Amino acid sequence: MNNKDSAGTNFKWVGKRTRRPDGPDKVTGRARYGDDMIVPGMLHAKILRSPHAHAKILSIDTSKARAFKGVKAVVTSADIPDHPLTKPPYGPIITDFHDISCNVLAREKVLYDGHAIAGVAATSERIARAAIKLIEVEYEVLPHVLDPLEASKPDAPVLHDHQYTHGVDPEPEKPSNVFRVVTGGRGDVEKGFAGADIIVEREFSSQPVHQGYIEPQACIATASEDDSVELWTTTQGHFVIRAFCARLLNMDMARIRVTASEIGGGFGGKNNIYAEPVAIRLSQMTGRPVRMVMSRSEVFRATGPASGTHTRIRMGAKKDGTITAAEVDIYNQAGAFKGSPVGRSIETFFSAYTIENIRASGYDVCVNRPKVAAYRAPGAPMAAFAAEGTINELASRLGMDAVDIRMKNAVREGDQSLSGIKYGQIGLLDVLEKVKSHEHYSAPLGPNQGRGFALGYWMHGGGLSSVSANLLDDGTIAVATGNPDIGGSRSSMRVMAAEELGIDIEMIKPIVADTGSMGYSHLTAGSRTTFATGMAVINAVREIIDKLRALAAKKWEIPVEEITWEAGQAETGRDGIKALSLKELAGMATKMGGPIAGHSEINAGGAGAAFSAQLVDVEVDPETGFVSPKRYTVFQDVGRAISPDYVEGQIQGGAVQGIGWALNEEYVYDDQARLQNTGFLDYRMPVASDVPMIDAVLIEVPNPNHPYGVRGVGEPPIISAPAAVANAVENAIGITMSSLPLSPPKVLNAIEQGQAEKD
Amino acid sequence: MVDLRYESPETIEVAVALLAAEGQMARVFAGGTDLLVQMKEELVEPALLVDIKKISETRLIAIDPDQVRIGAAVTGAELGENEQLKAMWPGVVEAVELIGSAQVQGRATIGGNLCNASPAADSVPALIAAEARAVIAGPDGIREVPVGEFLTGPGQTSLGLGEFVTSITLPKPPEHGGDAYLRFIPRTEMDIAVVGAGLSVVLNPDGTCAAARLALGAVAPTARLVEAASEIMVGNKLDDTVLEALSAAASETCSPIDDKRGTIEFRTKVAGVLACRVAKIAWRRAENN
Ligand SMILES: Cc1cc2nc3c(=O)[nH]c(=O)nc-3n(C[C@H](O)[C@H](O)[C@H](O)COP(=O)(O)OP(=O)(O)OC[C@H]3O[C@@H](n4cnc5c(N)ncnc54)[C@H](O)[C@@H]3O)c2cc1C
Repeated sequence: MNNKDSAGTNFKWVGKRTRRPDGPDKVTGRARYGDDMIVPGMLHAKILRSPHAHAKILSIDTSKARAFKGVKAVVTSADIPDHPLTKPPYGPIITDFHDISCNVLAREKVLYDGHAIAGVAATSERIARAAIKLIEVEYEVLPHVLDPLEASKPDAPVLHDHQYTHGVDPEPEKPSNVFRVVTGGRGDVEKGFAGADIIVEREFSSQPVHQGYIEPQACIATASEDDSVELWTTTQGHFVIRAFCARLLNMDMARIRVTASEIGGGFGGKNNIYAEPVAIRLSQMTGRPVRMVMSRSEVFRATGPASGTHTRIRMGAKKDGTITAAEVDIYNQAGAFKGSPVGRSIETFFSAYTIENIRASGYDVCVNRPKVAAYRAPGAPMAAFAAEGTINELASRLGMDAVDIRMKNAVREGDQSLSGIKYGQIGLLDVLEKVKSHEHYSAPLGPNQGRGFALGYWMHGGGLSSVSANLLDDGTIAVATGNPDIGGSRSSMRVMAAEELGIDIEMIKPIVADTGSMGYSHLTAGSRTTFATGMAVINAVREIIDKLRALAAKKWEIPVEEITWEAGQAETGRDGIKALSLKELAGMATKMGGPIAGHSEINAGGAGAAFSAQLVDVEVDPETGFVSPKRYTVFQDVGRAISPDYVEGQIQGGAVQGIGWALNEEYVYDDQARLQNTGFLDYRMPVASDVPMIDAVLIEVPNPNHPYGVRGVGEPPIISAPAAVANAVENAIGITMSSLPLSPPKVLNAIEQGQAEKD
Repeated sequence: MVDLRYESPETIEVAVALLAAEGQMARVFAGGTDLLVQMKEELVEPALLVDIKKISETRLIAIDPDQVRIGAAVTGAELGENEQLKAMWPGVVEAVELIGSAQVQGRATIGGNLCNASPAADSVPALIAAEARAVIAGPDGIREVPVGEFLTGPGQTSLGLGEFVTSITLPKPPEHGGDAYLRFIPRTEMDIAVVGAGLSVVLNPDGTCAAARLALGAVAPTARLVEAASEIMVGNKLDDTVLEALSAAASETCSPIDDKRGTIEFRTKVAGVLACRVAKIAWRRAENN
């Protein structure tokens, strides 16, 4: 019906910089985040956490804590149902409720410093904090292992006695930290390498990094006598939280109603449950609401991070830059329980290129660290760090331009990703051409400066979304989705609804509804919300338009087919009939048939691939190894920027997080594997003054599978950032850098070693 | 679990009495930017907080003919706004101004930075280089100690029972004198010094060095005076030979630890680099005075 022209020139709202609907409440402090909720009669809960990285729990004595004045209940794993381990065949993502149960409250063993052991609910947070110290836990401390490569060795301390490596032949006889080996490939790599003029072989390593959301996890659970539960929590997907809690606690899903608070960042780190089931159990035991707010230190010790990796990679190319073969082994640490995004790593290495011969193996490795969580394009930045670093070296050894070598090998429409997905309309070449023609690409550099370049690829997801749009009799419309608004989804939903209806955006009030009010909606994650939920909004609003046309038909007593919807009103070609506005029709609706609403429940497919290329200039202090990013430009195919301010914000945020990953972020453990830097003071994410303005160049190659051409935008911008920054440092100091983070001591060492080799 | 009391006396005498009566379980409360963080992390659990900010002596900046007195509870922001002081001891002021962010600057005090006794405290190397003294009130009256002697170890000072610092004094800056402070952090702000270097220098009319003091932070259990610096610099100009010797002397003075903030090797190297850089800045300031 309202298909806009592909150049987007007819759009009224799409692509405009509109006032954000969540802005005023956030600026005034009125917006309610996880810990802003107060419920009368509530108790405060705290969690006792393991001081050991790996130990058997011999006994837990909670009697002193229970007897402490003000303590109302104590919960341990004995109060949470156990679940059987998931059996093969395993999908790409494994949700194992045995693991989740053991992570929420440890059973036989603690597997990392900070592993939750028991929860206490008390009349004040101070009492709860004092009481957890009275819980007596007897441990048998076991040797630990933190590094994925070390953990993969046969003599490494084993975390799970029941875990035998899956996907290897012959079947192993001994338990292992390697949960599985995922493989991918095509063609014949030996033949490919034989046809290469030059082969580059390198090893890369990257450290786990935390998502670093500003708002710590926080929730309030209120259990009723009729076995129902209300849960308020900060999450990227309250429907997922409901499903997880119901399954874990053996409850009926419909009895748990979850409301998502405003969310202060997630980046994948708030897709999971941590304290929620503990708060629910404590509320059930006490009959009172239970509030649980994590401290920053708990967030660092027990949530997130993204996997640390170790990668061996080999690539061969012809003199003209054609890449003939690529081979990779990646060890991806999963943390205490299986489930690193190793499959996505494998997908990401080479899928931007038409390499004919590929062999890839990925190892999902358990280590004594918190279970990894999704983080912006899970698995991809570490893969790109290795693959793009290797391609940059190929280019420089061949004396070829870094963009040209990628153009030579770039995938086009009709080519396939490593997992066999055929690309539709994609913007990779448009992105690369834009880089070459941009002024930044050839701008002069100052002393001690270097320029880096890298490309990022990501295959987006669509998935399940529900929307309910209610037309009210004053002509305003409440649009409810089931997706927490992390990156501006309310604004984008409002823009799309207004565009479709042809009315002012202020007539539309977008909200995030609770799980009791809506159909299932998957996480706000995977850059899916504007694409999938946006599509559901468009569907729901189109249903309203159809109903309004029918209403006009009834009023005018003419066939509905004769009525069109243009610029917010029902029109007919007939003379003498005055168009009816949305407002007029809304006023008539209740008297002429009843309320009008539109809804849509979909499984959106075709989100498609997106590419983000980054150019960065850094300056390196040769005496201290300090790296300062001076200029940064991101070129990204965004499909269609529904709200350009947010799209640029996503790109800037992604790039900055990638800069942190590249330069200073890392976990520091002592020799007992206790985490030392559990706050932002010593976990060194970039601060505002550390980064230059991130210029975002938006390239719009519309996605044909979305009415307005939307692609995901949130994930691609982090993917190539570590590789681009590392490449810039390499070019500034003339030394290859293969191990993240590129912190000052490491860079200074490299400079000094380089000098020693020259002398 | 200890119940916490809070007092905000208006005189030194009452503060001393409160502190002496409570003993180990009392803490002086200035800006609270260290103390409140430590309490939240349950590293300390005091029974009494004695807020010293209502005691007028702790809030004054007095520029007397022969010395400068800075009240212990003067904040970084207040020091940064005092143009006269900035002109006299720019290195001390720039050190205090490096603490935290704009928000932290409004609360963090120079006395708190000193008494928290972190080996990495930014003001301390600059204060040692400037020959600052801590003025201490206690049950036995007032005493004065050079800052370098005041600090006895990480988190440890020479304060006795019932004692607290009321002010910090700096000498009147000598003619042709200049001071400076630099620190290394892996970011650009909101971080703790991996190495800090404060230097004050006095030049002869012929442009050679008459006196110099170099102090380093974060490279030993307490900030350290680089004893050899004076000998290396006095009588000389700041040429490459002097800088090289200064750098070596700075590195030799280090006995740091490996921790989450930096390695021994890195700290030792960067101490030498910062010593040279800070010497150049202080020297330029001295030439202009
Ligand atoms: C975000 C952040 C960033 C920071 N960045 C830096 C930085 O860059 N550099 C740096 O050096 N520090 C930094 N700090 C630490 C802190 O801000 C400084 O050390 C500050 O100067 C402490 O002053 P305060 O007035 O807040 O001290 P308080 O917290 O009030 O006191 C600190 C300690 O000294 C004692 N004390 C205070 N005043 C006296 C007195 N007059 N006599 C006796 N004992 C006293 C207290 O009992 C307490 O033990 C940072 C802190 C934060 C939270």
